[in-house]
Amino acid sequence: MSEAENVQRAATIAVLVENEAGVLARVIGLFSGRGYNIDSLTVAPVDETGRISRITVVTTGTEMVIEQIKAQLDRLVPVHKVSDLTLEGPHLVRELALIKVVGKGDNRIEALRLADAFRARVVDASTESFVFEMTGSADKIDAFCALMRPIGLVEVSRTGAVAIARGPRGLN
Amino acid sequence: MSAATKPASTADALTMSGAEVVLRALKDNGVDVIFGYPGGAVLPIYDALFQQNAIRHILVRHEQAAVHAAEGYARSTGKVGCVLVTSGPGATNAVTGLVDALMDSIPVVCLTGQVPTHLIGNDAFQEADTTGITRPATKHNYLVKKSGDLARVVHEAFYVAKSGRPGPVVVDLPKDILINKAPYTEPPTTEHRTYRPQTEPDAEQIRKAVKLLKAAKRPVVYAGGGVINSGPEASRLLADFVHMTGFPCTNTLMGLGAFPASDPQFLGMLGMHGTYEANLVMHGCDVMLNIGARFDDRVTGRLNAFAPDSKKIHADIDPSSINKNVPVDVPIVGDAARVLAALIEAWKSEDAPQDKPALTAWWRQIDEWRARDCLRYRQEGRIIKPQHAVKRLYEITKELGRETFITTEVGQHQMWAAQYFGFQKPNHWMTSGGLGTMGYGLPAAMGVQIAHPDALVIDIAGEASILMNIQEMGTLAQYRLPVKVFILNNEYMGMVRQWQELLHGGRYSESYSAALPDFVKLAESFHAVGMRAEGADDLDRVIREMIAIDKPVIADICVAKDENCFPMIPSGAAHNEMILGEDQEGGVKGVTDEGKVLV
Repeated sequence: MSEAENVQRAATIAVLVENEAGVLARVIGLFSGRGYNIDSLTVAPVDETGRISRITVVTTGTEMVIEQIKAQLDRLVPVHKVSDLTLEGPHLVRELALIKVVGKGDNRIEALRLADAFRARVVDASTESFVFEMTGSADKIDAFCALMRPIGLVEVSRTGAVAIARGPRGLN
Repeated sequence: MSAATKPASTADALTMSGAEVVLRALKDNGVDVIFGYPGGAVLPIYDALFQQNAIRHILVRHEQAAVHAAEGYARSTGKVGCVLVTSGPGATNAVTGLVDALMDSIPVVCLTGQVPTHLIGNDAFQEADTTGITRPATKHNYLVKKSGDLARVVHEAFYVAKSGRPGPVVVDLPKDILINKAPYTEPPTTEHRTYRPQTEPDAEQIRKAVKLLKAAKRPVVYAGGGVINSGPEASRLLADFVHMTGFPCTNTLMGLGAFPASDPQFLGMLGMHGTYEANLVMHGCDVMLNIGARFDDRVTGRLNAFAPDSKKIHADIDPSSINKNVPVDVPIVGDAARVLAALIEAWKSEDAPQDKPALTAWWRQIDEWRARDCLRYRQEGRIIKPQHAVKRLYEITKELGRETFITTEVGQHQMWAAQYFGFQKPNHWMTSGGLGTMGYGLPAAMGVQIAHPDALVIDIAGEASILMNIQEMGTLAQYRLPVKVFILNNEYMGMVRQWQELLHGGRYSESYSAALPDFVKLAESFHAVGMRAEGADDLDRVIREMIAIDKPVIADICVAKDENCFPMIPSGAAHNEMILGEDQEGGVKGVTDEGKVLV
């Protein structure tokens, strides 16, 4: 196999599925059973009737593996549509994080200053803690957490990525 | 709404129990036979079965056998096989059969009983998480939690089992759903909401394929089980295409019978125990047309040395089979028959001439390879060579001219059957290819015999494999199924022994079949006929007698104990590194540790 074929890439894949029992287990079982990576996975119903859910999965693999992942997802019976957002063009990726920072004195001030720079919002506060809410790319959240760590980061809760293509075209 | 304006189906529905709805749905999906085993959770279905005549129930002796029987039935008829088992152990026993059907793309619908909905998750008696356990063992599965979904789900199960790449589907049925009244709806005529596999090939890809094929100097057609799954028309079209192009054709283990074995353009089976000529043609080809096969590791050998100088065209109904193991140049998604029909049309209308002189030279080369006569063996003295036993079985059945179906267990005997029994037609060869399930052959033969009561059905078996589902001799007796079990008895798990000899220094760890039963007496105790051939001079007589008897028979054929199955591509080797029978002295050279880790 040539060098080029061994190059790994990340892929953000959107999957529209029937919102039926076990559908998430099918998708996750496919990844674990066939040894594919899951970097993050989110799922929620997205239509007005609640019949259709959208799964956003971020994975890494060679081009051949990513093509396999898409083909394997597409042949699951409850799957409507599979879309490789990374391949298909410009798209937005966002993740939401809740970040708890504990500290007193200068650390509190520093935490607020950094939060302001990163456009994180304070959604809970006590005399010795803040919970920040921030939305952004995974990189931005990573960077914010890294800065908060020496100041008093105690807990992080993240959604994993959700993504959508830019422009007028819809996935359905 | 007044009674007069109510849809008729709703009015009927309220008179039917869930169990009756299930049976009605089976009938409306063409089921006439169901293989099963009763138990607490499915008692309502058994009660409904008792009160009708449309569906015949065959009582097996183990749930695994029910699934293999349904596979044999499906593979030999092209219909969906149907299974009924109870909850808990009934379902878990069926799992091996389900995975077998999944790996070999056999359409099977398996109904499993389940504890009542209010007890699910309570660790109730004979409860198992059947949909959880069978999720990776099936093409799809369902748990019916509402009576209103019941009919739709059963119809959908049949649609999913047989559409696209076929496979097993489980429908898990809680007992309250079976007892409560449920509405019946007819099978839908509208498209499925999500599952609509592509069957019609893309015209542009067909054009590209034909362009490559016309210019080919060293072509090969490599056809697999997908051609058989597509139906007999696909096999006819395959023969037409191969004849009109003049190309050589090889079949996978699952594809045997898709192209007639007696045809001069047939190279035999390819792969690990394929013929010398088939494997060298694969290695040396410049254009390969794979139709309905999946580049299985048994076929490709070492991937980076597989058909190194070839352009590859791969037609498959399952897009996930394409570019999975082997990158291809022209992928074609579609049903084998439609693809072949399109290829034939495009071949006729493509003006570019074929490179005939190159093709003639290619056939000259192939004839040289054929001259090695790689399946040659020497039957000397009284000890029966297993190859000879299969060959004589083939010749005698051919001479008798009866419609003959062959099933096998798994191991050396399976490979010898594939090598020495010439299959002329599709749907007459059932073997466990992907999963390699010992114990497959006897129940599969049972299913075939149910579907074809007047045909000759033979399970070519090994003495170790046959014991894995030997209890089905009871089913044969009960339904008077005249299945013939033809045991090549070498008193070893032969393929294990062969690998131990060739790859593990001759340390025969646990591969000797100790304390074997007396198969003649075993047959008699199951109301069957037992016979034995101890020497080559007995062989023909035993085969003829076995076939003549209109009862189940076990023929115990005592064969050479240390015979190995050749040709063989050792694991991790390439097609052109195959070992032939005459080279076997001195063991196998060149198997690396890297190769040894492969199965």
